[in-house]
Amino acid sequence: MNDSISSASSSFASPVLASLLGVEKHFRRGAEEVRVLRGLDLELRRGEFLALMGPSGSGKSTLLNLLAGLDRPDAGSVEIDGQRIDRLSDRQLARWRARHVGLVFQFYNLLPVLSAAKNVELPLLLAPLSAAQRRQHVQTALAVVGLEHRAKHLPRQLSGGEQQRVGIARAIVTDATLILADEPTGDLDRKTGDGILDLLQGLNTQHGKTIVMVTHDPHAAARAGRTLHMVDGQVSTEMAA
Amino acid sequence: MTRVGLVASGFRRHRLRLVLTGLAIVVAFLLFSYLVAIRKAFQMGVDVAGADRMMVRHSVSIIQSLPTSYEAEIERVSGVVDATPLSWFGGIYQDPRNFIAQFPVKPEEYLAMYPEFKLPPDQKAAWLRTRTGAIAGRTIADKYHWKIGDRIPIQATVWRPKDGGATWEFELVGIYDGAEKETDTTQFLFRQDFFEENKQFGQGRIGWYAIRIKDPARSADVAKTIDDHFVNSPSATKTETEGAMAQGFANQVGNVGMIIVAILSAVFFVILVVVFNTMAQSVRERTQELGVLKAVGFSNGEVLALVLGESLLLAVIAGGIGLALGYAMVSQGDPTNGFLPIFFFPPEQLLVGAALIVGLGLASGVLPAVQAMRLRTVDALRRG
Repeated sequence: MNDSISSASSSFASPVLASLLGVEKHFRRGAEEVRVLRGLDLELRRGEFLALMGPSGSGKSTLLNLLAGLDRPDAGSVEIDGQRIDRLSDRQLARWRARHVGLVFQFYNLLPVLSAAKNVELPLLLAPLSAAQRRQHVQTALAVVGLEHRAKHLPRQLSGGEQQRVGIARAIVTDATLILADEPTGDLDRKTGDGILDLLQGLNTQHGKTIVMVTHDPHAAARAGRTLHMVDGQVSTEMAA
Repeated sequence: MTRVGLVASGFRRHRLRLVLTGLAIVVAFLLFSYLVAIRKAFQMGVDVAGADRMMVRHSVSIIQSLPTSYEAEIERVSGVVDATPLSWFGGIYQDPRNFIAQFPVKPEEYLAMYPEFKLPPDQKAAWLRTRTGAIAGRTIADKYHWKIGDRIPIQATVWRPKDGGATWEFELVGIYDGAEKETDTTQFLFRQDFFEENKQFGQGRIGWYAIRIKDPARSADVAKTIDDHFVNSPSATKTETEGAMAQGFANQVGNVGMIIVAILSAVFFVILVVVFNTMAQSVRERTQELGVLKAVGFSNGEVLALVLGESLLLAVIAGGIGLALGYAMVSQGDPTNGFLPIFFFPPEQLLVGAALIVGLGLASGVLPAVQAMRLRTVDALRRG
C-alpha cells in the first residue's frame, strides 16, 4: 500500500467511504498489453471532495470508472460503503449504481429528445417511486442547480453551463452517496466553469456529498479538499487544500 | 415520464425515417388485409361446399354439356337422394363489367339442394307460378337497387332467345338471403323450363348436375358407380364432390392460396429488413445515450427491453393502423364488381394479423436490442 496516501488519509476524521486495494487494470492495444492501474491503493473519506489530476493515460478516468462500478479491476478490491462492488454481478452493479452513484460527464450526455426535467428523472425510473414523488424529486434537484424555470426545455435550448447543471441535477436526484465528475468544466468557459465548480463545492460543503472530480485544470482542482496527481497508473503526489 | 414514455421518446429522433418506416408497415398490412380477403373469396366455394353434395359434369370439361335424360338415371343410382340440373348462362346486365352469376334451375329442386339459400315462402310460391320469374341474392339486389316486381333485362352472350334479339327479360319475384356469412348472395336464378323452351339451341342439354347423396363417407363409391354407368355413352361423366369442383374452379387461376402466401412472405420479409435497418441505425446513432442509461443504473436486460419495446411499439402502432385501415377498406365490399362475390375480412385473420405485428416487432428488434444490451458502458460513453 502507498504509505503517503494512508498517512494522508488517516488525517481525516470522517469514516472511510471507499477503499481500493492493490487495484490492477490492463488494456490490450493490438499485441501490446497496457497496464493502466498498477497496484493502486486509495481511501476516500465520506464527505470528501477529491480531485484527480494527471496527464492523459495516467489512469484517472479508469479509476473513476472503477469507483462508479462501470468497469471491474483485473486484480485487487473495490469496496464502497462496506460493499465489495467488484464482486457484484452486472445486474447487481447496475442497481447499485442507480442507488449510490451520480455521474457528471464532460459533455453533459443528456438525451436530446427529453426535456431537462425528464433527463433528470431518468435514474428515478428505476426507483420504487410514484409519478408524483418523482416529480417532487426532480423539482428539488432542479432547484438545487437553479434551473426550475428551464425544466421543460430541451438540451439544445440550453447553454453549455445550463446543460451541465441539468447533468448535475441528474447526478444528485437519487440522493447518491458518491458524485463522480469527469472533467465537468472541460467544455465550458472559465466563468461558466466557475459556476459549475461553485455548485459542486456547495454540494460538498452544504449537502455533505462525497465528490471525486477528474480534471486537467489546476484552477478547478483547487476547489477540492484533496488533490491526487496520477502518473503511470499510480498516485505520484497528494496535496491537501 | 414512464418507461413506455422513454421507449416512445425514441420516435422523436428521425421523424421522416420513422414516418417512412411506419408507412411501409401500414402498406404491408393493407396488402395483407386485401390478400386474405381474396384468398377467402377463392376458398369460399370449397369452405361452404356441402359434404353430402356432389357434382356430375362431362368427363372432358365443365363447358361440355350433358343430356337432360341423365337426371332420372342418376337418381336411380344407389346412394343418390336427388339430382338437379344447372347451366352457366353468362349474360350481361347493363354493362359487361357487371359480373353476375346466372343459372337456369329447377326452383323446388334447387332450393332443396341448397337449403342455405333462404327464400320466403310467398316468394317461392310466386316463382313457381311465374315462368319468367327469377330470384336474386340480397347482395346484388341491393347493389342494383332491384325490388320485387322489377323487370330485369339480361343480354345473352351465348344463349340467345328463340324470338330473335339478344335480350332475355325476367320478372324479379324473390330475393334470397344467405344462412351464413359465407353464403353466396350474388346469384341470379331463373327457371330451367322457361330457358329450355326459349333458347335457340341446345335443347335437351344442361351444364352439369348437382346431386345429394345419403352418406358422404360413400361419395367415392357413388362417383364411381355414376361414372361407370355413363362410361360408354357419348357424354361420359366425371363425378366429384362439390368441394373438389370448387377447388378446381379456383385452381383455374392457379393455386391462389400458395400464390398469396408467397406474396405475403416476400412482403413481410422486405418489411422485416426495413424495420430491422431502422432499428439498427437507431441503436448505432444512440450508442452514447444507451451508455448513459446503463451508467445511471439501467441493467443490460432493461436496455434490451427498451430497444425491443421501441420496435414492438412501432410495429403495433403502424401495423395496427394498417390492419384497421385494411379491415375498413375490405369491408366496403368486392372491389372487382362481382368477380369475387364473397369478399370480406375473415375475422380469424385478425388474430393472424396481430401475431404478424408482434412477430415483426420482435424479429426486427431482437438483433439491435441484443447489440444494445452487449454494449460495454465505458466504451459506449466514449463514442461521442
